[in-house]
Amino acid sequence: MSDTVGLGFPSLRLVPKTTEKQSAKDFKTDQEVRWCPGCGDYAILAGVQSFMPELGLAKENIVWISGIGCSSRFPYYMNTFGMHSIHGRAPAIASGLAITRPDLSVWVVTGDGDALSIGGNHLIHALRRNVNLKILLFNNRIYGLTKGQYSPTSEVGKVTKSTPMGSLDFPFNPVSLALGAEASFVARTIDSDRKHLTETLRAAALHEGTALVEIYQNCNIFNDGAWDPLKDSEHRDSLMFRLEDGKPITLVDGSRGVVRAANGSLEIADVAEVGLDAVLVHDSHNPDASVAFALSRLSDSMTLADTPIGIFRDVPRTTYDSAFHQQLETAQAPGRGDLGALLTGSDTWEIA
Amino acid sequence: MSKQVVQLHRVIIRFAGDSGDGMQLTGDQFTSRTAMFGNDLSTLPDFPAEIRAPAGTLPGVSAFQLHFADHDITTAGDAPNVLVAMNPAALKANMRDLPRGADIIVNTDEFTTRNLSKVGYDANPIEDGSLQSYAVHPIPLTSMTVEALKGFDITKKEAERAKNMFALGLLSWLYHRPTDGTLTFLRQKFAKKPEILAANIAAFEAGWSFGETTEDFSVQYEVMPATMPPGCYRNIHGNLALSYGLIAAAERAELPLFLGSYPITPASDILHELSKHKKFGVMTFQAEDEIAGVGSAIGAAYGGMLAVTTTSGPGVALKSEAIGLAVALELPLVIVDVQRGGPSTGLPTKTEQADLLQAMFGRNGEAPVPIVAPRSPADCFDAAIDAVRIATTYRTPVFLLSDGYLANGSEPWRIPDVDSLPDLRVTFATEHNHTREDGTTEFWPFVRDPETLARPWAVPGTKGLEHRIGGIEKADGSGNISYDPDNHDRMVRLRQAKVDGITVPDLEVDDPTGDARVLLLGWGSTYGPINAACQIARRAGSSVAQAHLRHLNPFPANTAEVLRRYDKVVIPEMNLGQLALLIRGRFLVDAIAYNQVRGLPFRAEELAGVIKDVVASV
Repeated sequence: MSDTVGLGFPSLRLVPKTTEKQSAKDFKTDQEVRWCPGCGDYAILAGVQSFMPELGLAKENIVWISGIGCSSRFPYYMNTFGMHSIHGRAPAIASGLAITRPDLSVWVVTGDGDALSIGGNHLIHALRRNVNLKILLFNNRIYGLTKGQYSPTSEVGKVTKSTPMGSLDFPFNPVSLALGAEASFVARTIDSDRKHLTETLRAAALHEGTALVEIYQNCNIFNDGAWDPLKDSEHRDSLMFRLEDGKPITLVDGSRGVVRAANGSLEIADVAEVGLDAVLVHDSHNPDASVAFALSRLSDSMTLADTPIGIFRDVPRTTYDSAFHQQLETAQAPGRGDLGALLTGSDTWEIA
Repeated sequence: MSKQVVQLHRVIIRFAGDSGDGMQLTGDQFTSRTAMFGNDLSTLPDFPAEIRAPAGTLPGVSAFQLHFADHDITTAGDAPNVLVAMNPAALKANMRDLPRGADIIVNTDEFTTRNLSKVGYDANPIEDGSLQSYAVHPIPLTSMTVEALKGFDITKKEAERAKNMFALGLLSWLYHRPTDGTLTFLRQKFAKKPEILAANIAAFEAGWSFGETTEDFSVQYEVMPATMPPGCYRNIHGNLALSYGLIAAAERAELPLFLGSYPITPASDILHELSKHKKFGVMTFQAEDEIAGVGSAIGAAYGGMLAVTTTSGPGVALKSEAIGLAVALELPLVIVDVQRGGPSTGLPTKTEQADLLQAMFGRNGEAPVPIVAPRSPADCFDAAIDAVRIATTYRTPVFLLSDGYLANGSEPWRIPDVDSLPDLRVTFATEHNHTREDGTTEFWPFVRDPETLARPWAVPGTKGLEHRIGGIEKADGSGNISYDPDNHDRMVRLRQAKVDGITVPDLEVDDPTGDARVLLLGWGSTYGPINAACQIARRAGSSVAQAHLRHLNPFPANTAEVLRRYDKVVIPEMNLGQLALLIRGRFLVDAIAYNQVRGLPFRAEELAGVIKDVVASV
């Protein structure tokens, strides 16, 4: 069981700590979970529920906010405060809550359709503002709740109910998008890898500001096996980079690594050929976002070859909410306003 | 040399010029001095949406009308007694409103062949005799200003720009306005530009002296102060009064005020104003779009703030889904809609009342939202407080329907005593409210207060009250997801019953003779013109009653009874009959709709004519 004393998460220093011993069970609700059997969401829910006690926070000061879609049912299953809102708007609603209530730990659950299609605007603006929010984006490359239309992360040519001859639009890469939107924390993990998921959630929780965690999640009904190349033990080690600070960026099997090309961009080379010293060492704290962006561009959206997993970017930047409250404090430092004086103003006349 | 002073009971002045001529500022200053002098007044700014339309053209004309009197008035007036026209476009655009005999002060410097042809004048109207039935005062305002500022170290352009101060000086002399306030204002405005300050003061004084010396004006006018209830007064615009109302409500509720908003004309001034008041703990958030404006407000409301979003009609359309969410979540939220001409972008800077049905019905499903509408600029203060009262007492989104005329118009306001404002304190839930069969207790988010039908306001951070809410239909009481047919039917009816049961004051009727058979019914900013029209009609011998709705959802309990007292009910609206539709549908009253959508308030004389005809027909 996790230690309830917690790690002293600096991003959550204004949130009251729990005085009780917590376990994953404390974060389960009495509601029947209504995802399809075999859905990747179950694994994420279990992972989150067992991670939560590690935060050591008073349960009533944790809030989960979601939009619409399969993933957005998540708050109903978390025994904290929660709101299942409307399609795409969770980051906006969560921003209003997090800005006004620094004593809360606010989490957003969203999906590829919710966050990147209908809610794209709110997502990018939340990221650039850097409100103290943690956004978990469940990416299954399909619309599940509306029963199987292609999503903004679907590969080109995807045959779905709405695209019988194949989809035409080019997919978003959520990590690239987030980095372009000035995100201060961006990571990617996989539903089935509990250890990596937990590590990633921990890093996101530690981060001060908006954290975007893309979670590759399997929809076994409408897009089964979308991430299988990264899950199956036979191929994954030759397809996936694990980003770990201070370590050379190589495929898990070590065969190939990321190097600087002569033209300044990144390319992938045989480690045996170039030597391990030539391979780029990962630094998620690099103030320059261009390397993280270049890493996010390595993967092939069709075959999933060369997909990096881990924390792309984790840099300090003033959070919107702290600056917001700083302005309020500065304004109120000489004393609170006097309503009578405000209403009276300076241009008055008396009638006797 | 002193001139003859003529006493007048009321005057209507319209300042008109190019968008860059400073007419709004000139009008504002004249208004402030008039307010300080103690006249009752009402103003109507009328400006284009473009910041600087092409100079000298009709679309670029910006105007400001002020009606001031020695008695109680309720409108900015129909027809100006005086038009100040800074160029040919300003003259042409405003001639049709001028009654014969009106004074026209024109800036002759701008009446060049080129400027005249720009607006389609073949000949100079000042010289061709076409203005013979008016009292024209041709004055080279620009060149006289430049001449007066010769000795100043400023550019010619800067000197020319001071011509509005020359005009203000002249008008201030003509109407005996005190000058101290204007000088104080200029000193503040140009505190960091002493040379410009000195030039503006000199231009103002030159205008005043010109009035004193010129033979063109043989008389000076005087409008004595009006008799108003005793108290301390200030002049106030609708958007400012509304902002102050929200701040006052938050203070009285002891809740932090949060505004989530996206800039839109004519509502942006509320965002600007509230953003200045961090000293009161007011939190303003300029969101990425209209939806995020209301979304952030819903989040703040969930967190226990007094949450507000401000917008105009197009923004309401974008916010509709989120307002429906607030209906389903049953959270307190004030949605301010400063209505403007529509549909679509419509007339951004002009007024209209065509969002009533959008506020009433513009959401999917049965989603009732209470509606409160202020009747005058100063009344925006009280209406805002009332909207907050309803939102917090009944845990519901509330529409506050202002409009462009109220937003930018101004009138004297008797400043209320803070202690006399209503106590709006709320109680957050802190305890479990449901006992399970086994005797243990838990918190249910949708248990209702038996009187108000409001659900508990249980904010995050309250131990033991962890719960989930959402837009999916909830089981009555527990708030768990429910697709049960009977439960849905019950919840729809409960939400409706909650709004229907909101306590609002009875509809008052003004019927001085007590024998009226015709009722004029209105809502919102038409109060002034309808009131003025009723007075005109009564003076002409017609008996007519007036009633004005502040609450449009729910209607006051006595509405049906009031309507049935009259043979005819006339409903003037700046739309195509939206209140009339509701009144007919709700009360089966064959109301007569009288409608205009000109982007401007009704003219009292015209409405008086309508009243006369209807009274004659009964």
